[in-house]
Amino acid sequence: MRANKEDNKSYWKTESIGGDCMFTVGRLAQPDTIEEAYRILMEERDAAILGGCAFLRMGSRKIGTAIDLTHLDLKAVREHEDWMEIGAMTTLRMIETDPAINNRFDGLLAEAVKPVIGVQFRSIVTVGATVFSKYGFSDLIPALLALETEVELAHGGRMALETFLNRPFEKDILVRLWIRKDERRAACRSFRNSASDFPILTVAVSLLAGQGRIVIGARPSKAEIALKASRELSNLDANCPRIEEIASIAADEMSFGTNMRGSAEYRRELCKVLVKQAVAEVAACK
Amino acid sequence: MKLVGKGIPKIDGMAIATGKPVYTEDLVMANALVVKILRSPHAFARITSIDVEKAAALEGVECVLTYRDVPQQRFTLAGQSYPEPSPYDRLILDLVVRYVGDEVAIVAAVDEKTALAALDLIKVEYEVFPPVLDFETAIGHSSVVHPEDDVHCNFDIGMVKDRNIVSTQKWEVGDIEKELSECDVVVEGTFYTQANAQCMMETQRAFNYLDHLGRLVVVSSTQVPFHARRMLARALELPTSKIRVIKPRIGGGFGSKQTSCVEIFTAAVTLKTGKPAILVYDREETFTCTTSRHAMRLKVTLGADKEGVIRAVDIQGLSDTGAYGEHASTVFMVTGEKTLPLYNKTKAVRFMGNVVYTNKPAAGAYRGYGATQGTFALESAVNMLAEKMSMDPAELRLKNIAREGEPFLGYKGGTLESSALNRCIEKGREMIGWKFKYPKQISAANKVRGVGMAVTMQGSGIANIDTASAEVRLNDNGDFSLLIGSTDMGTGSDTILAQMAAEVLEVSMNQIIVHAADTDVSPFDPGSYASSTTYVTGMAVVRAAEDLKQQILAEGAKFLQSTEEEVEFNGHTVRVTGTDKMIGLKKLAQQLVVGPEKRQLVGNATYGSPISPPPFIAGFAEVEVDKETGKVELLDFVAVVDCGTVINPHLARIQVEGGLVQGIGMALYEDVRYDNKGKLLSNSFMQYKIPCRKDIGTVRVAFKESFEPTGPFGAKSVGEVVINTPAAAIAAAVYHAVGVRITQLPITPEKVFISLTACNTHRAQGPRPLRSGINRL
Amino acid sequence: MQVEFVVNGKQAVWEVPPDEFLADTLRKHGLLSIRKGCNTSCCGLCTVWIDGKPTLSCSVLSFRVQGKFVMTIEGVSEEAAEFARILVAEGADQCGFCSPGFVMTVLALKRELVSPTDDEIVHYLTGNLCRCTGYLGQMRAVKTYLGVTQR
Repeated sequence: MRANKEDNKSYWKTESIGGDCMFTVGRLAQPDTIEEAYRILMEERDAAILGGCAFLRMGSRKIGTAIDLTHLDLKAVREHEDWMEIGAMTTLRMIETDPAINNRFDGLLAEAVKPVIGVQFRSIVTVGATVFSKYGFSDLIPALLALETEVELAHGGRMALETFLNRPFEKDILVRLWIRKDERRAACRSFRNSASDFPILTVAVSLLAGQGRIVIGARPSKAEIALKASRELSNLDANCPRIEEIASIAADEMSFGTNMRGSAEYRRELCKVLVKQAVAEVAACK
Repeated sequence: MKLVGKGIPKIDGMAIATGKPVYTEDLVMANALVVKILRSPHAFARITSIDVEKAAALEGVECVLTYRDVPQQRFTLAGQSYPEPSPYDRLILDLVVRYVGDEVAIVAAVDEKTALAALDLIKVEYEVFPPVLDFETAIGHSSVVHPEDDVHCNFDIGMVKDRNIVSTQKWEVGDIEKELSECDVVVEGTFYTQANAQCMMETQRAFNYLDHLGRLVVVSSTQVPFHARRMLARALELPTSKIRVIKPRIGGGFGSKQTSCVEIFTAAVTLKTGKPAILVYDREETFTCTTSRHAMRLKVTLGADKEGVIRAVDIQGLSDTGAYGEHASTVFMVTGEKTLPLYNKTKAVRFMGNVVYTNKPAAGAYRGYGATQGTFALESAVNMLAEKMSMDPAELRLKNIAREGEPFLGYKGGTLESSALNRCIEKGREMIGWKFKYPKQISAANKVRGVGMAVTMQGSGIANIDTASAEVRLNDNGDFSLLIGSTDMGTGSDTILAQMAAEVLEVSMNQIIVHAADTDVSPFDPGSYASSTTYVTGMAVVRAAEDLKQQILAEGAKFLQSTEEEVEFNGHTVRVTGTDKMIGLKKLAQQLVVGPEKRQLVGNATYGSPISPPPFIAGFAEVEVDKETGKVELLDFVAVVDCGTVINPHLARIQVEGGLVQGIGMALYEDVRYDNKGKLLSNSFMQYKIPCRKDIGTVRVAFKESFEPTGPFGAKSVGEVVINTPAAAIAAAVYHAVGVRITQLPITPEKVFISLTACNTHRAQGPRPLRSGINRL
Repeated sequence: MQVEFVVNGKQAVWEVPPDEFLADTLRKHGLLSIRKGCNTSCCGLCTVWIDGKPTLSCSVLSFRVQGKFVMTIEGVSEEAAEFARILVAEGADQCGFCSPGFVMTVLALKRELVSPTDDEIVHYLTGNLCRCTGYLGQMRAVKTYLGVTQR
């Protein structure tokens, strides 16, 4: 028997996502302006923004100052002339049921979030926390990426979602999402074993006046636009014979990984199937 | 019958359906200490030093216990009748830790936050050993999971501890090799099942306190109060009479609570501090640190003659009991015992193999108890035989199953007195539309539908071992107290036992006060497991009620100055037959209890059966497989059940539906995974997916009653058999649909997909697996 | 810190730590119908209404109910009993541990959806896990309660 002294790993499950509530907060701040919220985040020790808290609750993070954005009126969906404004504290359930959002983009966003666990879970999870965390398994992010979506950061200002997703992590506050109100057609597909499980792969596709976008998520890493395939989609003609080819291109250009839910090779195959289905729906092909 | 056979609502239904505080955690006193456990991060290690000074000094911490502070007598946590077949291989806290999550220290504090903070302050150093993680290489592994020399077996279960073997078994009837060699057709397959988790909604929890007599009173979410009491007495080195175990309403068990876990820790704290203590396991602890199903590898060899009569069945198995041996030998035994007798035209059968220790979370009892694993393997093999012989699988079953009135291996050749399995098969295939759907239909461009079936049996109680007593007492007001020790975990057993008593006494349910599961008060009962409550406890209740009825007649006759033969009782009055001479029950009761007769009547009985009459189910699945993704959608599942007389059709139906859905989860969705250091990764509802509402298509249940002469009102049991058919039926349906035979559960889309693509190049039997569930990332 | 809100129709001012979740706070104040069945916000057992909407009380920090209406099954006892009677008549009340969360979601469903289809009912209830019943008896009870015919 090999003798091998190891230091105490004190609490056996600190590394797992589950675990008893060891999440603690030292003090709570409820600023009245976003500037104040940002200042606290940058200046105070172990400060963190509180999103929906569903995932925070599952961990053992020790937060010094928890910043709650309740006073900033960010739990709202507002329609402007050219843009939809979605506050960071808007929940997935609000996205699912808001008529202004669902009348657009073939109901893409509602379709995207519907599979997430259950209505009472979606009433907790916020759009801001989901997008800021760039979760690979997110059902929402691929759909947002298929639309013309911008994020508004307290410090970093407004930028395309794609830019935000590709940036390295920087402390900031996601204040709002902006989605341009255009007439694009959209469709999403996801694949999972049990219906309320994390997806093994997600796909979102949109098409607007010859501009196509194919997004692959849960690879298992975060959603990305399949650029080559998107260009091919933009050139798609009405006869739709090249859908399978486009799907293959998407699968080839993306990188996939293996985790408990599935292997990289399987994800690649699924990608072909889901892209094919989503493109067919968007291009209204048979 | 007035009550038996009726869908009487559960007597506790309204309280539990409206959230009344009647469960363990609701009953604890406000000042109880909160107990938390420090657990090992290593799969196999020895504690070289443990420093609890800082933790013990933390304000609000009342005690910290390590292996030095607890008794050193090994015991088993298995809820089984004494002498338990499970090895005594546990200590409350041990110097050696044997799986990731094994207990290292106990902390008790004034609240949860303090207890958790104290855990962080305990410093432990380990000497880490290479763990035994793969049960297929456990035998003879250089690491010995239980090297200590004080492991005790009550009797020989074939343990070879130094080779990590917990149990060695072999059961053979006839000459298997000879018979196989003479068969016209032989099929062979190797099947794997996983360490599925019971996932009842209420995790394990218990609290205890010292009462006015200095006795330890335990209130626990347990299925086995009497066994728990005995186990605690041994573990704590106390007399049994000093311990009382009470089971309140509990939130499910499915066998998980047939193995104790938390009570030893709260008891140790209360004995040390004198204060009440409560321990509530969170979901992650429940997944990892309580017992789950034994993962198995089962090799089945089946031989038949050219008419399709099965003449030889050989099952060779390897079972993984994890770090501790609760239920190891008995689950393994049941794997053969409750499968091989299904087919009685055999000339030879054999069941053999080993149960091994590994450094993984321990396995124990889970609904089906080995028969589930065995059914998947055997029925998959029978389906393979049907294919090889180009026979209809339903016809093959009908040809071979033991029928009512025939010799039955489960009775060692005695006669099977109740079976409707043939009618179940016929009804089931009609309900699913087998004639039109077998074997497959193309449903869309890339989708194919297939149907498959499986049959199963279980037992009703453990023959010659399960013994239950019951008392029915006539109270001063003319109502009755029914005293039982069985443990209703949501099944409604308290209700159906009251139905039985009320039926015998010809009174209404309202007149029966049910009191259950308190070791100070209840007559002995093993507890609700092994599908024993309806059959064994039920028979005790029936006999106790009959005993009381006789006494009522006798006393009534005396009062009426008549004889027992001349009086009758209808639940309200004792009357001299054909006359107006009568006495009302209430008056008679008063006379007896407080009046001149001075005799409070108590009917009692003890029952144990020399046989374990099997319930049967025929299960049929229809699936649709998407050839592009491998996704298996379960469209329809039909189960036709023979549980003898159905005591309560509503409750029986729900048992079947619930069990089928658990079986469907095992077949399609529940996937057990470990990392390469032995840590259980599928340790939450987020990672281990029990079926949700959207995962269930149509499930249809029907009953075909037989009449079991040894059972109360002809009843057998239904509690476990219900989980056994889905895996094999679904696997067969998938095979018929797309020619892919999955032999390792669960049947995931990726496995089907890989097999489909492999099939396109060459015939494959299934993907190379993560058999042990260990990720090789 | 103090949180001022309405719980089961009554004004309440409770002292809560900033990191305490509503499920624990409610239980501490004697609302024992609230159960925690998991660590990962998956099971739905702890479902309460916040401003009339079914929400997981295990994942809501208590201070966040400031100014809101919180309802547990104790606060809608008559309505709950009406549905519970149907559930119990069906035999679908098995261990009962998932019941309060499930009942709260059903009652919310009745208020939120108009003539739902089977799929809509299932979708709304998906976040409430049950291990005992297999969901079918619960569905029968829900449809009886809603008075909807098979669609």
